[in-house]
Amino acid sequence: MNKKAWLLFFVLLLTVSTALFGCSSEDGASEDGSGNDGGGDSAEETQDTLVFGRGGDSVGLDPITVTDGESFKVTKNIFDTLIFFGEQDTEIQPGLAADWEVSEDGLTYTFMLQEGVTFHDGTEFNADAVVFNFDRWANGTEDKFYYYKSMFGGFGDDEGHVIESVTAVDDMTVEIKLKRPQAPFLKNLAMSPFGIASPAAVEELGDEGFNEAPVGTGPFKFVEWRRNERIVVEKNEDYWQEGYPKLNQIIFRSIPENSARLNALLNNEIDLADGINPSDAAQIEGNDQLQLFERPSMNIGYLGLTATREPFDDPKVRQAMNHAIDRQAIVDAFFEGRAEVAKNPMPPVISGYNDEIEGYEYDPEKAKQLLEEAGLGDGFEMELWAMPVPRPYMPDGQKVAEAIQSNLAEVGITAEIVTYEWATYLEKARLGEADAFLLGWTGDNGDADNFLYVLLDQDNIGSNNYTYYENQEVHDLLIQAQSETDEDTRNQLYMEAQELIHADAPWVPLAHSTPLMAGSAALQDFLAHPTGSDDLHRVYFE
Amino acid sequence: MLQYIIRRLLQLIPVLLGMTFIVFLIIRAIPGDPALVILGQQATEEAVAALRASLGLDEPWYVQYFQYLGNLFTGDLGESIRTRTPVNEEIWPYLATTFELSFFAILIAVIIGVNAGIISAWFQNSWFDYTAMILALVGVSMPIFWLGLMMQYQFSLQWDWLPTSGREDVRDPVTAITNLYLLDTLIQGRFDQFWTVLKHLIMPGIALATIPMAIIARMTRSSMLEVMKSDYIRTARAKGEKMFWVVYKHSLKNAVIPVLTVIGLQTGLLLGGAILTETIFSLPGIGRYIYEGISSRDYPVIQSGILVVAFIFVMINLIVDILYSIIDPRIRYN
Repeated sequence: MNKKAWLLFFVLLLTVSTALFGCSSEDGASEDGSGNDGGGDSAEETQDTLVFGRGGDSVGLDPITVTDGESFKVTKNIFDTLIFFGEQDTEIQPGLAADWEVSEDGLTYTFMLQEGVTFHDGTEFNADAVVFNFDRWANGTEDKFYYYKSMFGGFGDDEGHVIESVTAVDDMTVEIKLKRPQAPFLKNLAMSPFGIASPAAVEELGDEGFNEAPVGTGPFKFVEWRRNERIVVEKNEDYWQEGYPKLNQIIFRSIPENSARLNALLNNEIDLADGINPSDAAQIEGNDQLQLFERPSMNIGYLGLTATREPFDDPKVRQAMNHAIDRQAIVDAFFEGRAEVAKNPMPPVISGYNDEIEGYEYDPEKAKQLLEEAGLGDGFEMELWAMPVPRPYMPDGQKVAEAIQSNLAEVGITAEIVTYEWATYLEKARLGEADAFLLGWTGDNGDADNFLYVLLDQDNIGSNNYTYYENQEVHDLLIQAQSETDEDTRNQLYMEAQELIHADAPWVPLAHSTPLMAGSAALQDFLAHPTGSDDLHRVYFE
Repeated sequence: MLQYIIRRLLQLIPVLLGMTFIVFLIIRAIPGDPALVILGQQATEEAVAALRASLGLDEPWYVQYFQYLGNLFTGDLGESIRTRTPVNEEIWPYLATTFELSFFAILIAVIIGVNAGIISAWFQNSWFDYTAMILALVGVSMPIFWLGLMMQYQFSLQWDWLPTSGREDVRDPVTAITNLYLLDTLIQGRFDQFWTVLKHLIMPGIALATIPMAIIARMTRSSMLEVMKSDYIRTARAKGEKMFWVVYKHSLKNAVIPVLTVIGLQTGLLLGGAILTETIFSLPGIGRYIYEGISSRDYPVIQSGILVVAFIFVMINLIVDILYSIIDPRIRYN
């Protein structure tokens, strides 16, 4: 490069830098004039596009193929299920099935389908479409249709597979025969994974294509997906529920950082934000442009005590841990009071919850005494695992661990806090490598089985029973409850199981949190659903 | 020269090969199983085993490695385990986001950093020099995460100048052609959108530019100080040449080589180091792509993502080396 070129280069540099500085001052001036660049719509016209900010992108859009909550948040609005959950609970309601009958023996379910429903591609919804969906699921594999296996016990001829046959009785009636009674069968059908897909679209696009361009009967039609940027769905003009949906368009945006998401909400770039930190709740409540939403609690945050590791193989030590930890203080400090202190492994909203049980009270003296009885009067050393990521049931694992650590120190237990990257953490805990670990669970279908059996039954050791807790009596009760169709008897079984679990104390149950969301004050009729998949068809702007 | 470039390109092959091998081993050494991560906490043993088999993860590692390598030679970067989409198809929009951001950031860093360094050296020990160098020290040690959130608070919430996050106004989305949105909006003649996209780049650009800017400023200053003490500068000044030309023409040319090295290294680092910035400002860039790959143990995404970034890094270094000889004719590659 010769001298002239060099000179030119620097003149250019200077020009560009002057231009940049020019921009920034001009920026300030022009903003005052228009003032509306944050993205808000003009005031006169009622807004009909909702921008929903959430923590992560969907993995897929075909609900039967995915397992993560972020995916279901979107598919819930594209697909309908045969049965719906209640607006803010998991009571069963008519969905695509307008009505149903259950035979005396609990083995035959007859569904009368909703008339006049069409898929987004214009094809008709009828009994054949339902049969097609069940056939598709039943011929799958576990890695493809995970939730089908998980809820209905297997595929095709598998012994565990609970569904014997699905047939179209006539154009609008479907009959499902079960091999054995399954108490939560209807609740299972209401779960987002079992949204009814358009047979024509599945056949045309194949599994892979359908995952990127889903077609259902839901209130919103799929428009566009740019990974990690936005998912756009628009109003289904022919939706079968008259007068709905009220919004014209929903845009799902992923904003991974909680504080950044709140900033985007404060700046009108999004209208609804998921995953609000409890510590930001007061700020939102004090802002008249915003409103705070509480998601009814259907979760449990707990400290698991691995029963195969010394000294936690001794129930006395586990009970001592329960007495040593001040849960109320933890709920007050780190959940900002937006949680209920837990005493059972499942939340009180779920039927079968045993409220008779008295939780272990905070009593360091009692804890010391129990340790004494277990021959550990001088205390012991242990590892305490802290979750590296915030979850609705555990907003700050590190701080909760520190609180527990100081509680334990008071009774002579020396806990060393350790943590790992999330996938590593789960893997190591699953292999039983933790002494005591923080973890939690959010329910799928609002059934007691989904907590007690999944988290504490010996069948699930190596899977979700991270504590390796084993109790034959508990196991028998839980298995019996799975096929018990009488509601009261079934609840009784779960209550007994909770008593046994309480005495064995495989966990220190900590809290049932109320996850928080926030939205623009103009947002109407938004109800946060306990499952985490929010139905947005009623929502509108004032 | 051409010979040199070819030789350097050939040297890249073992470097990149070695890198694929190391990355391949490291990600398999860390605990955590992609099948388990995909299926979630609820998965049963059999499900995990079945998925492992269908992903080819049950093969011994060396078999997997050679399969991966074989595919690489045909230009196939593998298929994402999580999204089941080929990485080749997926990666470009992420790369484009990072390119746009890094280019913008390095532009800011170079313009401000180099000039601040020059002026500091020119007026050594002046108030400007002290202020600039203290600011540079603060800049180097600034936690990007904190800086990003503070900027959002000040520029978006308090002053309402700039949008907090994302690449565009989602209510008026950009139609992607090249995925470089500044370019796309210009091609489509959407100057309003161009302006919006630019505004979305300013804060993340500054956040990302802070550290390189500070390093470049300090480097430029010390390099300039050294050159300005040399005899030929004294001669130039004695000739009566204006100080501005002495500094910007005579001194800078000799001082720029180490600065260029730093700029090259920093540009490379920006590509991979943008993870924090991309997270706070929710930009779907390559850093976040790889990060999410790591969280879900998406081996092909991690391997190929890192490979692509490494490739760009070494290419930038090659370009810098070639620039040396263009700027300073005394440097010859033979």
